[in-house]
Amino acid sequence: MQQMTPRRDPAPSRWSYRYERWMLTPAYRRLFRYGPPVLVVAAIVGGVLASAERREWINDTYHSYLRQFQQRPEFMVSAMSIDGADERITEEVRASLPIDFPVSSFDLDLEGMRQTVEALNGVQKATLRVQPGGILNIEVVPRIPAAVLRQDEELRLIDAQGHFVAALGARSDRADLPLIAGDGARDQIAEALALFTAAGPLAPQILGLVRMGERRWDVILDQDRRILLPEQNAVTALERVVVMVQAQRLLERDVLVVDMRNEDRPTLRLGEGGVTEIRRINAAVAGTGR
Amino acid sequence: MKQLYATQRAMRNMRKAALQRGLIAILDVGTSKVACLILRFDGPERYRDSDGVGSMAGQSQFRIIGAATTKSRGMRFGEIDAMQETERAIRTAVQSAQKMAGVPVNHVIACLSGARPRSYGLEGAVDIHGEVVTDADIGRVLAACDMPDFGEGRETLHAHPINFTLDHRGGMADPRGHAGRRLSTDLHLLTVEGQVMQNLVHCIRRCDLELAGLASSAYVSGISALIEDELEMGAACIDMGGGSTGLSIFMKKHMIFADSVRLGGEHVTSDISMGLQVPGAMAERIKTFYGGVIATGVDDREMIEIKGDTGDWHHDRRTVTRAELIGIMRPRVEEILEDVRAQLDAAGFDSMPSKSIVLTGGASQIPGLESLASRILGHQVRMGRPMRVAGLPQSTTGPAFAASVGLALFAANPQDEWWDFDVPSVSYPARSIRRAIHWIKTNW
Repeated sequence: MQQMTPRRDPAPSRWSYRYERWMLTPAYRRLFRYGPPVLVVAAIVGGVLASAERREWINDTYHSYLRQFQQRPEFMVSAMSIDGADERITEEVRASLPIDFPVSSFDLDLEGMRQTVEALNGVQKATLRVQPGGILNIEVVPRIPAAVLRQDEELRLIDAQGHFVAALGARSDRADLPLIAGDGARDQIAEALALFTAAGPLAPQILGLVRMGERRWDVILDQDRRILLPEQNAVTALERVVVMVQAQRLLERDVLVVDMRNEDRPTLRLGEGGVTEIRRINAAVAGTGR
Repeated sequence: MKQLYATQRAMRNMRKAALQRGLIAILDVGTSKVACLILRFDGPERYRDSDGVGSMAGQSQFRIIGAATTKSRGMRFGEIDAMQETERAIRTAVQSAQKMAGVPVNHVIACLSGARPRSYGLEGAVDIHGEVVTDADIGRVLAACDMPDFGEGRETLHAHPINFTLDHRGGMADPRGHAGRRLSTDLHLLTVEGQVMQNLVHCIRRCDLELAGLASSAYVSGISALIEDELEMGAACIDMGGGSTGLSIFMKKHMIFADSVRLGGEHVTSDISMGLQVPGAMAERIKTFYGGVIATGVDDREMIEIKGDTGDWHHDRRTVTRAELIGIMRPRVEEILEDVRAQLDAAGFDSMPSKSIVLTGGASQIPGLESLASRILGHQVRMGRPMRVAGLPQSTTGPAFAASVGLALFAANPQDEWWDFDVPSVSYPARSIRRAIHWIKTNW
């Protein structure tokens, strides 16, 4: 029997034709290719994260796994070693880093610890690293005291940059270091040290340097004598004094003050005996003596 | 006339816009099939390495990325008979071509195969204003052509300036820049029935497509099937389609005449169907498998089984000899060729310097047609196939697709037509000035 139902029309209907054209538009093709997967993934993620319990559970699980990983023996630090510091500084460093070993190296804040150690008075620079074998190694470069500063009736050790190193009980404990005093002396430590170097043969007689009026130095010698240095070119002036001392045996005479503040004209203030003597000589020379 | 100028201009602009976007579809709505090709324009020489197809007369700047063919529905004599059916066929072809290309197309260039084309040769002459001929002069001389009365309801499809004469120098292809005083031109005008054109335009609009050009199928198959020498020296292209046979004569790369015979391969099929009392689809099958036009002795012994499904055993088990089949086909093919001959004679093809004839189109594939055609049309007959273009599927390279490929070439670089030149506005319409004054009055 012949089939009597009409054959299906192969032509697309108007609407299916339009739909096909619409779906071929590049923007829509992209939308339908990437849109549904993104939506599905977003819906799943959103659904899971919707309840606070699950969020907490995810957070806890994540952190427990993180801890578990960080607590592995490979990452544990069990000891601290301090290099390059004397006993006192070592004690200070240990006291400043209260770590209860063993601890995971992930929990160590090396940068913060470095700043803590460098904030100590006796430490100039510190390098921290975790060595293989679980040892926290701290390499300390200590501050080297370069002078003794007398301030507010206290003695302090300071380094060449003027930083405080430690307190000092008595001057005789560090008699090898020069003594400086006066307001603003600490800021000009570099010049003070240069003056001590320039003193040369004068050094045994120098008791210390005093900053006067926060602008210039006085060199205090034994027997209450002083050398007054100018504000500018203090080192040169001191060198001139040294030359005068060597050439004219200046300090063997009765001189109380060598005033170098006017660099064109060094001035001497004599002691009582010296003044009497020079007046006698002047009178004899002038022929007006008694 | 003004309106036609405007619509053709709009179509040219749309074509330019489509080329800018790089995508255009061509639609060949014929009587037996609807073909749709989708072209992508990416600039010249892009696919040379991958395809091995070199630049062919500068036509290789496009590539065919989608091609589809479907059986035509609702068409007779190359004209739309049942609009809904034709629309469905167009939708089918366009949709599957789009599917192959993977992109939707919005602009389409179509061709008309029927619609009773009629050729006119027009003349016009003007004095040129300046020293040398400019674009404006060409526009003026084209506008100066005296329009013949080509009847009610007919519309211009092509208007090619084919020849320019400047003073006494004739046969110029492009007079721009030449010095002279009087410029005259020959214009080839092709008119078709307006309603047939309107129907096609309406059909395409209903498929949500924009029309970016219309061409005569005889013209475009000439472009694709004739080689450059033939276009230059003069040749006729005969596009034997399903419902109508198109005819175009080319000379100096311009079409100088076009016409159509309202007979084609479908008539041969219907003759076989009537003669052998078989259904049309069966007759088409017998024609394509066993058809021919020259009978030889062996054809008397070659028996063709005619199957049928009427239920009558004797009726379904008949056989015919191939000679009988040829006896049915040959008179109809002869009739077509003789009608073509008559039109060629009417066009004065005999006085052409070169009388070569190229047969193309689906119905030209009948075996033996070449010798029959040379007997009727003259000795210089050859079978033509369309030019190779990049990306065309193998199944669509046959002579049946001459018009489709020609349309693709037409889309890539069309010849200058009348509406490509600015026509001078001789009389400025007084109404618009009045309207402007009115606007100023009301707004200030």
